[in-house]
Amino acid sequence: MEETEPLIIHDHYEIDYHHSYAEDSPFFVGLGKEKLLGSRCTACGYTFATPRAYCMQCGAATQWHELPLTGRVHTFTTCHYGGEAFLKETPFTLILVEFDGADTLFLSRLKNLPPDQVRIGLPVRARFAKTPTFKVTDVWFEPLDHPRGQ
Amino acid sequence: MKPVYMISGGITKFAKAHPDKDFRLMVKEAYDYALRDLPRFSKDMISGAVGSYFSDHFTRQLKAASMVQDFLGLCPKPSKRVEGGGATGGLCFQSAWEAVASGRMECCVAFGFETMSRVNTWKGNEFIALASDTNFDFPVGGFYSGYYAMMVQRHMYEFGTTVEQMAMVSVKNHANALYNPYAQKAKRLTVKEVRESPMVATPLTMEDICTMSDGAAVCILASEDLAGKVCDRPVRISGVGSGSDAMRMADRPHGNVILLPHERESDYRNLKYPGVHSFRGGRMAAKLAYEMAHLQNPNDELSFVELHDAYTSSEIQTYEDLGLCKYGQGGRFVESGRPFMPGVDYGLELPEQGGLPVNPSGGLLACGHPVGATGLMQAVFAFWQLQRTMEKHLGNGTLQVKNPKRGLIHSHAGTGTYITVSILEAA
Repeated sequence: MEETEPLIIHDHYEIDYHHSYAEDSPFFVGLGKEKLLGSRCTACGYTFATPRAYCMQCGAATQWHELPLTGRVHTFTTCHYGGEAFLKETPFTLILVEFDGADTLFLSRLKNLPPDQVRIGLPVRARFAKTPTFKVTDVWFEPLDHPRGQ
Repeated sequence: MKPVYMISGGITKFAKAHPDKDFRLMVKEAYDYALRDLPRFSKDMISGAVGSYFSDHFTRQLKAASMVQDFLGLCPKPSKRVEGGGATGGLCFQSAWEAVASGRMECCVAFGFETMSRVNTWKGNEFIALASDTNFDFPVGGFYSGYYAMMVQRHMYEFGTTVEQMAMVSVKNHANALYNPYAQKAKRLTVKEVRESPMVATPLTMEDICTMSDGAAVCILASEDLAGKVCDRPVRISGVGSGSDAMRMADRPHGNVILLPHERESDYRNLKYPGVHSFRGGRMAAKLAYEMAHLQNPNDELSFVELHDAYTSSEIQTYEDLGLCKYGQGGRFVESGRPFMPGVDYGLELPEQGGLPVNPSGGLLACGHPVGATGLMQAVFAFWQLQRTMEKHLGNGTLQVKNPKRGLIHSHAGTGTYITVSILEAA
Protein backbone atom coordinates (compact mmCIF):
# COMPACT_ATOMS: atom_id res chain seq x y z
CA MET A 1 0.00 0.00 0.00
CA GLU A 2 2.82 2.41 0.83
CA GLU A 3 4.13 2.00 -2.72
CA THR A 4 0.91 3.43 -4.25
CA GLU A 5 1.61 6.40 -6.54
CA PRO A 6 -0.52 9.52 -5.98
CA LEU A 7 -3.76 9.04 -7.90
CA ILE A 8 -4.65 12.07 -10.03
CA ILE A 9 -8.11 12.34 -11.59
CA HIS A 10 -9.51 14.99 -13.96
CA ASP A 11 -12.57 16.89 -12.88
CA HIS A 12 -14.55 19.47 -14.92
CA TYR A 13 -16.43 22.36 -13.28
CA GLU A 14 -18.84 24.80 -14.93
CA ILE A 15 -21.48 27.17 -13.67
CA ASP A 16 -23.92 29.81 -15.01
CA TYR A 17 -24.40 32.95 -12.96
CA HIS A 18 -27.30 35.43 -12.98
CA HIS A 19 -25.19 38.53 -12.65
CA SER A 20 -26.73 41.96 -12.07
CA TYR A 21 -24.82 45.16 -12.72
CA ALA A 22 -27.30 46.71 -10.27
CA GLU A 23 -26.57 50.40 -9.64
CA ASP A 24 -23.84 50.39 -12.30
CA SER A 25 -26.31 49.24 -15.01
CA PRO A 26 -26.68 52.68 -16.70
CA PHE A 27 -22.98 52.56 -17.64
CA PHE A 28 -23.45 49.35 -19.62
CA VAL A 29 -26.67 50.55 -21.23
CA GLY A 30 -24.81 53.78 -22.07
CA LEU A 31 -22.16 51.88 -24.05
CA GLY A 32 -24.95 50.72 -26.40
CA LYS A 33 -25.77 54.42 -27.02
CA GLU A 34 -22.10 55.25 -27.64
CA LYS A 35 -21.78 57.08 -24.35
CA LEU A 36 -19.10 56.75 -21.69
CA LEU A 37 -20.57 57.42 -18.28
CA GLY A 38 -18.38 58.35 -15.34
CA SER A 39 -19.51 59.77 -12.03
CA ARG A 40 -19.23 63.21 -10.46
CA CYS A 41 -19.54 63.81 -6.73
CA THR A 42 -22.51 66.03 -5.86
CA ALA A 43 -20.65 67.42 -2.82
CA CYS A 44 -16.95 67.83 -3.68
CA GLY A 45 -17.10 67.69 -7.48
CA TYR A 46 -14.47 64.92 -7.75
CA THR A 47 -14.97 63.24 -11.11
CA PHE A 48 -14.37 59.54 -11.67
CA ALA A 49 -13.92 58.05 -15.14
CA THR A 50 -15.75 54.93 -13.90
CA PRO A 51 -19.15 54.32 -12.31
CA ARG A 52 -19.04 54.84 -8.55
CA ALA A 53 -22.37 55.43 -6.84
CA TYR A 54 -20.62 57.14 -3.93
CA CYS A 55 -17.55 59.35 -3.85
CA MET A 56 -14.33 57.64 -2.74
CA GLN A 57 -13.02 61.00 -1.45
CA CYS A 58 -15.89 62.34 0.66
CA GLY A 59 -18.56 59.63 0.68
CA ALA A 60 -21.36 61.70 -0.86
CA ALA A 61 -23.61 60.37 -3.64
CA THR A 62 -22.41 60.93 -7.19
CA GLN A 63 -24.37 61.70 -10.34
CA TRP A 64 -23.75 60.28 -13.80
CA HIS A 65 -21.29 62.33 -15.82
CA GLU A 66 -20.82 61.96 -19.56
CA LEU A 67 -17.13 61.66 -20.40
CA PRO A 68 -15.56 62.98 -23.59
CA LEU A 69 -15.05 60.31 -26.26
CA THR A 70 -11.43 61.32 -26.73
CA GLY A 71 -8.58 61.16 -24.25
CA ARG A 72 -4.89 60.27 -23.93
CA VAL A 73 -2.93 57.13 -23.06
CA HIS A 74 -1.86 57.44 -19.41
CA THR A 75 -0.02 54.11 -19.48
CA PHE A 76 -0.06 50.90 -21.53
CA THR A 77 1.17 47.36 -22.02
CA THR A 78 0.95 44.73 -24.73
CA CYS A 79 0.10 41.30 -23.31
CA HIS A 80 1.70 38.34 -25.10
CA TYR A 81 0.19 35.91 -22.61
CA GLY A 82 -2.94 36.16 -20.51
CA GLY A 83 -5.51 34.36 -18.46
CA GLU A 84 -6.87 31.27 -20.25
CA ALA A 85 -10.01 33.13 -21.34
CA PHE A 86 -7.94 35.70 -23.26
CA LEU A 87 -5.00 33.62 -24.52
CA LYS A 88 -6.48 33.35 -28.04
CA GLU A 89 -6.68 37.16 -28.22
CA THR A 90 -2.97 37.74 -27.59
CA PRO A 91 -1.15 39.92 -28.32
CA PHE A 92 -3.52 42.66 -27.13
CA THR A 93 -2.79 46.13 -25.80
CA LEU A 94 -4.24 47.44 -22.54
CA ILE A 95 -4.31 51.16 -21.77
CA LEU A 96 -5.43 53.41 -18.96
CA VAL A 97 -7.11 56.42 -20.55
CA GLU A 98 -7.03 59.94 -19.07
CA PHE A 99 -9.80 62.40 -20.00
CA ASP A 100 -9.99 66.17 -19.72
CA GLY A 101 -12.33 67.00 -16.85
CA ALA A 102 -11.94 63.66 -15.03
CA ASP A 103 -9.73 63.06 -11.98
CA THR A 104 -9.29 59.31 -12.53
CA LEU A 105 -8.63 56.89 -15.38
CA PHE A 106 -10.42 54.20 -17.42
CA LEU A 107 -9.06 50.75 -18.34
CA SER A 108 -9.66 49.63 -21.90
CA ARG A 109 -8.07 48.01 -24.94
CA LEU A 110 -6.23 49.94 -27.65
CA LYS A 111 -6.75 48.65 -31.19
CA ASN A 112 -5.59 49.66 -34.66
CA LEU A 113 -2.00 50.47 -33.66
CA PRO A 114 1.12 48.28 -33.74
CA PRO A 115 2.37 47.67 -30.16
CA ASP A 116 5.73 49.36 -30.80
CA GLN A 117 3.98 52.63 -31.66
CA VAL A 118 1.99 52.96 -28.42
CA ARG A 119 3.23 55.75 -26.16
CA ILE A 120 2.17 57.66 -23.08
CA GLY A 121 0.29 60.81 -24.09
CA LEU A 122 -1.02 59.35 -27.38
CA PRO A 123 -4.42 60.92 -28.24
CA VAL A 124 -7.12 58.23 -28.50
CA ARG A 125 -10.77 58.00 -29.43
CA ALA A 126 -13.49 55.66 -28.07
CA ARG A 127 -15.10 53.14 -30.41
CA PHE A 128 -18.22 51.14 -29.60
CA ALA A 129 -19.55 47.72 -30.58
CA LYS A 130 -22.32 47.84 -33.19
CA THR A 131 -24.14 45.05 -31.38
CA PRO A 132 -23.90 45.52 -27.61
CA THR A 133 -22.97 42.54 -25.47
CA PHE A 134 -23.42 44.62 -22.30
CA LYS A 135 -19.86 44.04 -21.23
CA VAL A 136 -17.18 46.64 -20.64
CA THR A 137 -15.55 45.42 -23.85
CA ASP A 138 -18.38 47.12 -25.79
CA VAL A 139 -16.00 50.07 -25.76
CA TRP A 140 -12.36 50.18 -26.87
CA PHE A 141 -10.01 52.87 -28.09
CA GLU A 142 -8.00 53.60 -31.23
CA PRO A 143 -5.52 56.36 -32.08
CA LEU A 144 -7.26 59.67 -32.76
CA ASP A 145 -5.51 59.90 -36.14
CA HIS A 146 -6.74 56.47 -37.26
CA PRO A 147 -9.26 56.85 -40.13
CA ARG A 148 -12.77 56.34 -38.77
CA GLY A 149 -14.63 53.18 -39.65
CA GLN A 150 -11.58 51.07 -40.46
CA MET B 1 -1.39 45.80 23.84
CA LYS B 2 0.77 42.99 25.16
CA PRO B 3 4.16 42.22 23.65
CA VAL B 4 4.07 39.41 21.07
CA TYR B 5 6.90 37.07 20.13
CA MET B 6 7.48 34.61 17.34
CA ILE B 7 8.83 31.43 18.93
CA SER B 8 9.07 29.02 16.01
CA GLY B 9 8.43 28.53 12.31
CA GLY B 10 8.51 25.95 9.57
CA ILE B 11 8.04 25.72 5.81
CA THR B 12 7.77 23.05 3.15
CA LYS B 13 9.85 23.22 0.04
CA PHE B 14 8.00 25.37 -2.47
CA ALA B 15 7.52 23.40 -5.68
CA LYS B 16 5.54 23.47 -8.92
CA ALA B 17 3.49 20.58 -7.61
CA HIS B 18 3.36 18.27 -4.60
CA PRO B 19 1.10 15.50 -5.93
CA ASP B 20 2.17 13.29 -3.02
CA LYS B 21 0.86 15.71 -0.36
CA ASP B 22 -2.51 17.42 -0.09
CA PHE B 23 -2.79 20.84 1.57
CA ARG B 24 -3.35 19.27 5.00
CA LEU B 25 -0.18 17.23 4.85
CA MET B 26 1.85 20.17 3.50
CA VAL B 27 0.80 22.29 6.48
CA LYS B 28 1.48 19.41 8.87
CA GLU B 29 5.00 19.07 7.50
CA ALA B 30 5.70 22.76 8.23
CA TYR B 31 3.92 22.55 11.59
CA ASP B 32 5.86 19.48 12.71
CA TYR B 33 9.10 21.20 11.72
CA ALA B 34 8.18 24.22 13.87
CA LEU B 35 7.32 21.97 16.84
CA ARG B 36 10.54 19.95 16.51
CA ASP B 37 12.52 23.20 16.58
CA LEU B 38 11.02 24.06 19.97
CA PRO B 39 11.62 21.06 22.24
CA ARG B 40 10.29 22.60 25.46
CA PHE B 41 6.98 23.45 23.79
CA SER B 42 3.98 21.14 23.76
CA LYS B 43 0.78 21.17 21.76
CA ASP B 44 -1.40 21.82 24.83
CA MET B 45 0.17 25.31 25.09
CA ILE B 46 -1.54 26.31 21.81
CA SER B 47 -4.62 28.49 22.44
CA GLY B 48 -5.87 28.53 18.84
CA ALA B 49 -5.00 29.00 15.18
CA VAL B 50 -5.52 31.19 12.14
CA GLY B 51 -5.36 29.63 8.70
CA SER B 52 -4.81 31.31 5.37
CA TYR B 53 -5.23 30.35 1.74
CA PHE B 54 -6.10 32.69 -1.07
CA SER B 55 -8.31 30.99 -3.56
CA ASP B 56 -11.29 28.68 -3.22
CA HIS B 57 -10.94 28.20 -6.98
CA PHE B 58 -7.49 26.66 -6.62
CA THR B 59 -8.47 24.61 -3.58
CA ARG B 60 -11.86 23.38 -4.91
CA GLN B 61 -12.72 22.95 -1.25
CA LEU B 62 -14.48 25.58 0.81
CA LYS B 63 -13.51 25.78 4.49
CA ALA B 64 -10.25 24.05 3.74
CA ALA B 65 -8.67 25.64 6.83
CA SER B 66 -11.12 23.65 8.97
CA MET B 67 -9.72 20.49 7.44
CA VAL B 68 -6.20 21.58 8.35
CA GLN B 69 -7.23 22.41 11.93
CA ASP B 70 -8.70 18.92 12.16
CA PHE B 71 -5.66 17.25 10.52
CA LEU B 72 -3.24 18.99 12.93
CA GLY B 73 -5.26 17.72 15.90
CA LEU B 74 -6.11 21.26 17.03
CA CYS B 75 -9.89 20.80 17.34
CA PRO B 76 -11.83 22.04 19.31
CA LYS B 77 -9.55 25.07 19.81
CA PRO B 78 -10.53 28.42 18.22
CA SER B 79 -9.82 28.73 14.51
CA LYS B 80 -10.67 30.86 11.50
CA ARG B 81 -9.57 31.52 7.97
CA VAL B 82 -8.13 34.82 6.78
CA GLU B 83 -8.16 35.76 3.08
CA GLY B 84 -6.81 38.85 1.39
CA GLY B 85 -5.42 38.05 -2.05
CA GLY B 86 -1.64 38.07 -2.27
CA ALA B 87 -1.42 39.52 1.24
CA THR B 88 -3.28 36.55 2.71
CA GLY B 89 -0.18 35.26 4.52
CA GLY B 90 0.78 38.67 5.90
CA LEU B 91 -2.78 39.28 7.10
CA CYS B 92 -2.81 35.84 8.73
CA PHE B 93 0.43 36.66 10.56
CA GLN B 94 -1.04 39.93 11.82
CA SER B 95 -4.29 38.22 12.81
CA ALA B 96 -2.31 35.81 15.00
CA TRP B 97 -0.41 38.82 16.40
CA GLU B 98 -3.76 40.46 17.25
CA ALA B 99 -4.93 37.35 19.10
CA VAL B 100 -1.87 37.41 21.36
CA ALA B 101 -1.52 41.21 21.65
CA SER B 102 -5.11 41.51 22.81
CA GLY B 103 -4.58 38.91 25.51
CA ARG B 104 -7.20 36.64 23.95
CA MET B 105 -4.60 33.93 23.32
CA GLU B 106 -1.31 33.00 24.97
CA CYS B 107 -0.20 31.17 21.87
CA CYS B 108 -1.58 31.32 18.34
CA VAL B 109 -0.50 29.22 15.37
CA ALA B 110 -0.60 30.94 11.97
CA PHE B 111 -0.67 28.46 9.09
CA GLY B 112 -0.96 29.07 5.36
CA PHE B 113 -0.88 27.11 2.14
CA GLU B 114 -1.78 27.17 -1.54
CA THR B 115 -2.18 24.38 -4.08
CA MET B 116 -1.85 26.16 -7.41
CA SER B 117 -0.78 23.10 -9.41
CA ARG B 118 -4.38 21.89 -9.70
CA VAL B 119 -4.91 23.89 -12.89
CA ASN B 120 -2.67 24.88 -15.80
CA THR B 121 -0.65 28.11 -15.55
CA TRP B 122 -3.02 30.15 -17.75
CA LYS B 123 -6.13 29.00 -15.92
CA GLY B 124 -4.26 29.90 -12.75
CA ASN B 125 -3.62 33.37 -14.14
CA GLU B 126 -7.33 33.65 -14.83
CA PHE B 127 -8.18 32.68 -11.24
CA ILE B 128 -5.76 35.30 -9.95
CA ALA B 129 -7.23 37.91 -12.30
CA LEU B 130 -10.65 37.26 -10.76
CA ALA B 131 -9.15 39.19 -7.84
CA SER B 132 -9.59 42.30 -9.98
CA ASP B 133 -12.95 43.99 -10.61
CA THR B 134 -14.91 41.38 -12.57
CA ASN B 135 -17.26 43.96 -14.14
CA PHE B 136 -14.69 46.48 -15.31
CA ASP B 137 -11.15 45.08 -15.28
CA PHE B 138 -11.24 41.31 -15.75
CA PRO B 139 -13.28 41.28 -19.02
CA VAL B 140 -10.88 43.70 -20.74
CA GLY B 141 -8.19 41.02 -20.65
CA GLY B 142 -7.77 40.44 -16.96
CA PHE B 143 -4.15 39.55 -16.30
CA TYR B 144 -2.14 40.66 -13.31
CA SER B 145 1.12 40.79 -15.24
CA GLY B 146 -0.62 43.24 -17.57
CA TYR B 147 -1.74 45.43 -14.67
CA TYR B 148 1.77 45.50 -13.19
CA ALA B 149 3.25 46.18 -16.61
CA MET B 150 1.04 49.26 -16.95
CA MET B 151 2.12 50.43 -13.50
CA VAL B 152 5.81 50.13 -14.28
CA GLN B 153 5.44 51.78 -17.68
CA ARG B 154 4.22 54.81 -15.78
CA HIS B 155 7.00 54.44 -13.19
CA MET B 156 9.52 54.43 -16.05
CA TYR B 157 7.87 57.52 -17.57
CA GLU B 158 7.74 59.47 -14.29
CA PHE B 159 11.14 58.52 -12.86
CA GLY B 160 13.32 57.13 -15.64
CA THR B 161 13.39 53.61 -14.19
CA THR B 162 14.91 51.16 -16.70
CA VAL B 163 14.26 47.55 -17.65
CA GLU B 164 17.91 46.81 -16.84
CA GLN B 165 17.39 48.01 -13.26
CA MET B 166 14.37 45.70 -13.04
CA ALA B 167 16.43 42.83 -14.43
CA MET B 168 19.01 43.39 -11.67
CA VAL B 169 16.31 42.54 -9.12
CA SER B 170 15.73 39.25 -10.93
CA VAL B 171 19.46 38.48 -11.01
CA LYS B 172 19.70 39.21 -7.27
CA ASN B 173 16.73 37.20 -6.06
CA HIS B 174 17.34 34.14 -8.25
CA ALA B 175 21.01 34.08 -7.20
CA ASN B 176 20.19 34.42 -3.49
CA ALA B 177 17.94 31.39 -3.83
CA LEU B 178 20.91 29.26 -4.90
CA TYR B 179 21.66 29.10 -1.18
CA ASN B 180 18.05 28.45 -0.11
CA PRO B 181 17.02 24.80 -0.49
CA TYR B 182 13.35 25.71 0.10
CA ALA B 183 13.25 27.82 -3.08
CA GLN B 184 11.56 26.61 -6.25
CA LYS B 185 13.50 28.45 -8.94
CA ALA B 186 17.10 29.21 -8.00
CA LYS B 187 19.42 30.09 -10.86
CA ARG B 188 22.25 32.28 -11.97
CA LEU B 189 21.05 34.85 -14.51
CA THR B 190 22.45 37.87 -16.30
CA VAL B 191 20.62 41.11 -17.07
CA LYS B 192 20.77 40.10 -20.75
CA GLU B 193 19.16 36.72 -20.06
CA VAL B 194 16.33 38.34 -18.11
CA ARG B 195 15.64 40.72 -20.99
CA GLU B 196 15.86 37.95 -23.60
CA SER B 197 13.45 35.60 -21.85
CA PRO B 198 9.95 35.51 -23.41
CA MET B 199 8.01 38.77 -23.21
CA VAL B 200 4.85 38.41 -21.12
CA ALA B 201 3.46 41.95 -20.93
CA THR B 202 5.70 44.79 -22.09
CA PRO B 203 8.14 45.48 -20.46
CA LEU B 204 7.89 42.43 -18.13
CA THR B 205 9.52 39.17 -19.24
CA MET B 206 9.12 35.67 -17.77
CA GLU B 207 12.13 36.32 -15.51
CA ASP B 208 10.55 39.51 -14.13
CA ILE B 209 7.58 37.55 -12.78
CA CYS B 210 7.20 35.06 -9.93
CA THR B 211 5.91 31.56 -10.55
CA MET B 212 2.96 29.61 -9.20
CA SER B 213 3.76 27.19 -6.49
CA ASP B 214 2.52 24.60 -4.03
CA GLY B 215 3.68 25.01 -0.46
CA ALA B 216 2.87 25.72 3.16
CA ALA B 217 4.31 27.73 6.04
CA VAL B 218 3.65 27.91 9.79
CA CYS B 219 4.49 30.54 12.43
CA ILE B 220 3.96 30.10 16.17
CA LEU B 221 3.33 33.34 18.08
CA ALA B 222 3.26 33.62 21.87
CA SER B 223 3.02 35.99 24.83
CA GLU B 224 6.18 37.23 26.56
CA ASP B 225 5.61 34.87 29.45
CA LEU B 226 5.25 31.76 27.33
CA ALA B 227 8.03 32.79 24.92
CA GLY B 228 10.43 33.16 27.87
CA LYS B 229 9.58 29.66 29.11
CA VAL B 230 9.86 27.65 25.91
CA CYS B 231 12.14 29.53 23.52
CA ASP B 232 15.86 30.31 23.85
CA ARG B 233 15.85 33.03 21.19
CA PRO B 234 12.35 34.45 20.74
CA VAL B 235 11.87 37.26 18.19
CA ARG B 236 9.69 40.21 19.14
CA ILE B 237 7.10 41.54 16.70
CA SER B 238 7.58 45.22 17.49
CA GLY B 239 5.40 46.81 14.83
CA VAL B 240 2.51 45.95 12.56
CA GLY B 241 0.83 48.12 9.96
CA SER B 242 -1.46 47.63 7.01
CA GLY B 243 -3.03 49.68 4.28
CA SER B 244 -5.41 49.47 1.34
CA ASP B 245 -6.35 51.07 -1.95
CA ALA B 246 -9.14 51.14 -4.53
CA MET B 247 -9.73 47.81 -6.25
CA ARG B 248 -9.61 49.38 -9.71
CA MET B 249 -6.25 51.01 -10.19
CA ALA B 250 -7.95 53.36 -12.65
CA ASP B 251 -9.71 54.89 -9.63
CA ARG B 252 -6.54 55.79 -7.71
CA PRO B 253 -6.14 59.49 -6.93
CA HIS B 254 -3.32 61.77 -8.07
CA GLY B 255 -2.67 63.75 -4.87
CA ASN B 256 -0.03 64.24 -2.19
CA VAL B 257 2.54 61.75 -0.88
CA ILE B 258 1.97 60.25 2.57
CA LEU B 259 5.22 61.22 4.28
CA LEU B 260 7.43 59.03 6.48
CA PRO B 261 9.33 60.52 9.47
CA HIS B 262 12.53 61.00 7.46
CA GLU B 263 10.84 62.72 4.50
CA ARG B 264 9.66 66.29 3.84
CA GLU B 265 6.93 67.76 1.65
CA SER B 266 9.62 69.53 -0.37
CA ASP B 267 10.96 66.10 -1.47
CA TYR B 268 7.88 65.62 -3.62
CA ARG B 269 6.73 69.03 -4.89
CA ASN B 270 5.71 67.88 -8.36
CA LEU B 271 4.74 64.27 -7.72
CA LYS B 272 1.11 63.28 -8.25
CA TYR B 273 0.55 60.41 -5.86
CA PRO B 274 -0.04 57.50 -5.84
CA GLY B 275 -1.31 57.48 -9.43
CA VAL B 276 -0.63 54.03 -10.82
CA HIS B 277 3.15 54.12 -10.21
CA SER B 278 3.11 53.77 -6.41
CA PHE B 279 1.33 51.80 -3.71
CA ARG B 280 -0.40 54.14 -1.27
CA GLY B 281 -1.51 51.13 0.82
CA GLY B 282 2.11 50.02 1.18
CA ARG B 283 3.18 53.47 2.30
CA MET B 284 0.34 53.53 4.87
CA ALA B 285 1.30 50.06 6.13
CA ALA B 286 4.94 51.13 6.51
CA LYS B 287 4.05 54.36 8.27
CA LEU B 288 1.88 52.57 10.84
CA ALA B 289 4.43 49.80 11.43
CA TYR B 290 7.30 52.32 11.82
CA GLU B 291 5.25 54.35 14.30
CA MET B 292 4.51 51.29 16.43
CA ALA B 293 8.13 50.10 16.31
CA HIS B 294 9.46 53.67 16.88
CA LEU B 295 11.54 53.70 13.69
CA GLN B 296 12.75 57.09 12.43
CA ASN B 297 14.68 56.03 9.35
CA PRO B 298 14.14 52.50 8.04
CA ASN B 299 17.23 52.67 5.85
CA ASP B 300 19.46 53.00 8.93
CA GLU B 301 17.47 50.95 11.41
CA LEU B 302 16.59 47.80 9.45
CA SER B 303 19.06 44.93 9.01
CA PHE B 304 17.17 43.27 6.13
CA VAL B 305 13.82 43.25 4.32
CA GLU B 306 11.74 40.39 2.92
CA LEU B 307 9.25 42.04 0.57
CA HIS B 308 6.56 40.91 -1.85
CA ASP B 309 8.43 40.81 -5.18
CA ALA B 310 5.74 39.22 -7.33
CA TYR B 311 7.36 41.34 -10.06
CA THR B 312 10.84 42.87 -10.30
CA SER B 313 9.04 46.15 -10.89
CA SER B 314 7.00 45.86 -7.70
CA GLU B 315 10.19 45.25 -5.69
CA ILE B 316 11.48 48.60 -7.00
CA GLN B 317 8.14 50.30 -6.32
CA THR B 318 8.12 48.83 -2.81
CA TYR B 319 11.62 50.14 -1.91
CA GLU B 320 10.04 53.56 -2.32
CA ASP B 321 6.81 52.81 -0.44
CA LEU B 322 8.87 51.52 2.49
CA GLY B 323 11.07 54.63 2.42
CA LEU B 324 14.29 52.68 1.75
CA CYS B 325 14.83 55.44 -0.81
CA LYS B 326 12.78 58.41 -1.99
CA TYR B 327 9.97 57.96 -4.52
CA GLY B 328 11.54 57.80 -7.95
CA GLN B 329 14.90 56.48 -6.78
CA GLY B 330 14.06 52.77 -6.62
CA GLY B 331 15.91 51.99 -9.83
CA ARG B 332 19.05 53.77 -8.63
CA PHE B 333 18.71 51.98 -5.27
CA VAL B 334 19.14 48.62 -7.06
CA GLU B 335 22.09 49.94 -9.05
CA SER B 336 23.78 51.08 -5.84
CA GLY B 337 23.94 47.43 -4.79
CA ARG B 338 22.47 48.12 -1.36
CA PRO B 339 19.66 45.52 -1.62
CA PHE B 340 22.08 42.73 -2.64
CA MET B 341 23.59 40.26 -0.15
CA PRO B 342 27.18 40.88 0.85
CA GLY B 343 29.55 38.07 -0.07
CA VAL B 344 27.51 36.68 -2.99
CA ASP B 345 28.87 37.03 -6.53
CA TYR B 346 26.15 38.32 -8.85
CA GLY B 347 28.43 39.12 -11.80
CA LEU B 348 27.48 42.81 -11.44
CA GLU B 349 29.27 46.02 -10.43
CA LEU B 350 27.69 46.92 -7.09
CA PRO B 351 29.38 49.88 -5.36
CA GLU B 352 27.44 49.62 -2.08
CA GLN B 353 26.74 45.87 -2.14
CA GLY B 354 24.96 44.57 0.94
CA GLY B 355 24.06 47.84 2.66
CA LEU B 356 20.49 46.66 3.29
CA PRO B 357 19.78 43.18 1.90
CA VAL B 358 16.31 42.87 0.37
CA ASN B 359 14.89 39.40 -0.18
CA PRO B 360 17.93 37.46 0.98
CA SER B 361 15.73 34.34 0.74
CA GLY B 362 15.21 34.86 -2.98
CA GLY B 363 11.76 36.35 -2.47
CA LEU B 364 8.69 35.35 -4.42
CA LEU B 365 10.59 35.56 -7.72
CA ALA B 366 12.78 32.60 -6.81
CA CYS B 367 11.12 30.89 -3.82
CA GLY B 368 7.74 30.77 -5.59
CA HIS B 369 4.43 32.29 -4.50
CA PRO B 370 2.03 29.73 -2.98
CA VAL B 371 -0.16 32.67 -2.02
CA GLY B 372 -1.54 31.75 1.41
CA ALA B 373 1.90 30.58 2.54
CA THR B 374 3.98 33.40 1.09
CA GLY B 375 3.59 36.05 3.79
CA LEU B 376 4.23 33.42 6.46
CA MET B 377 7.28 32.13 4.58
CA GLN B 378 8.72 35.65 4.81
CA ALA B 379 8.11 35.61 8.58
CA VAL B 380 9.87 32.24 8.94
CA PHE B 381 12.95 33.47 7.03
CA ALA B 382 12.97 36.71 9.05
CA PHE B 383 12.67 34.69 12.27
CA TRP B 384 15.61 32.46 11.35
CA GLN B 385 17.65 35.53 10.34
CA LEU B 386 17.04 37.20 13.70
CA GLN B 387 17.68 33.97 15.61
CA ARG B 388 20.89 33.69 13.56
CA THR B 389 19.94 30.11 12.68
CA MET B 390 19.91 30.36 8.87
CA GLU B 391 22.82 27.92 8.62
CA LYS B 392 21.02 25.36 10.79
CA HIS B 393 17.81 25.56 8.76
CA LEU B 394 19.20 26.09 5.24
CA GLY B 395 22.28 23.90 5.56
CA ASN B 396 24.60 26.82 4.76
CA GLY B 397 25.17 30.26 6.23
CA THR B 398 25.56 32.28 3.01
CA LEU B 399 22.24 34.07 3.43
CA GLN B 400 22.71 34.82 7.14
CA VAL B 401 22.73 38.60 7.60
CA LYS B 402 25.52 39.48 10.05
CA ASN B 403 24.35 40.67 13.50
CA PRO B 404 20.79 41.37 12.44
CA LYS B 405 18.81 43.50 14.88
CA ARG B 406 15.59 44.22 13.05
CA GLY B 407 13.88 42.88 9.94
CA LEU B 408 10.84 43.94 7.93
CA ILE B 409 8.36 41.67 6.17
CA HIS B 410 5.90 43.00 3.57
CA SER B 411 2.92 41.19 2.06
CA HIS B 412 0.92 42.62 -0.85
CA ALA B 413 -2.41 41.91 -2.55
CA GLY B 414 -3.96 42.78 -5.88
CA THR B 415 -2.63 45.95 -7.46
CA GLY B 416 -1.94 47.16 -3.90
CA THR B 417 -5.40 46.70 -2.40
CA TYR B 418 -4.27 45.12 0.90
CA ILE B 419 -0.70 45.49 2.10
CA THR B 420 0.86 44.50 5.42
CA VAL B 421 4.18 45.48 6.96
CA SER B 422 5.46 43.82 10.14
CA ILE B 423 8.69 44.57 12.01
CA LEU B 424 10.52 41.77 13.83
CA GLU B 425 13.36 42.34 16.30
CA ALA B 426 15.98 40.09 17.85
CA ALA B 427 15.10 39.92 21.56
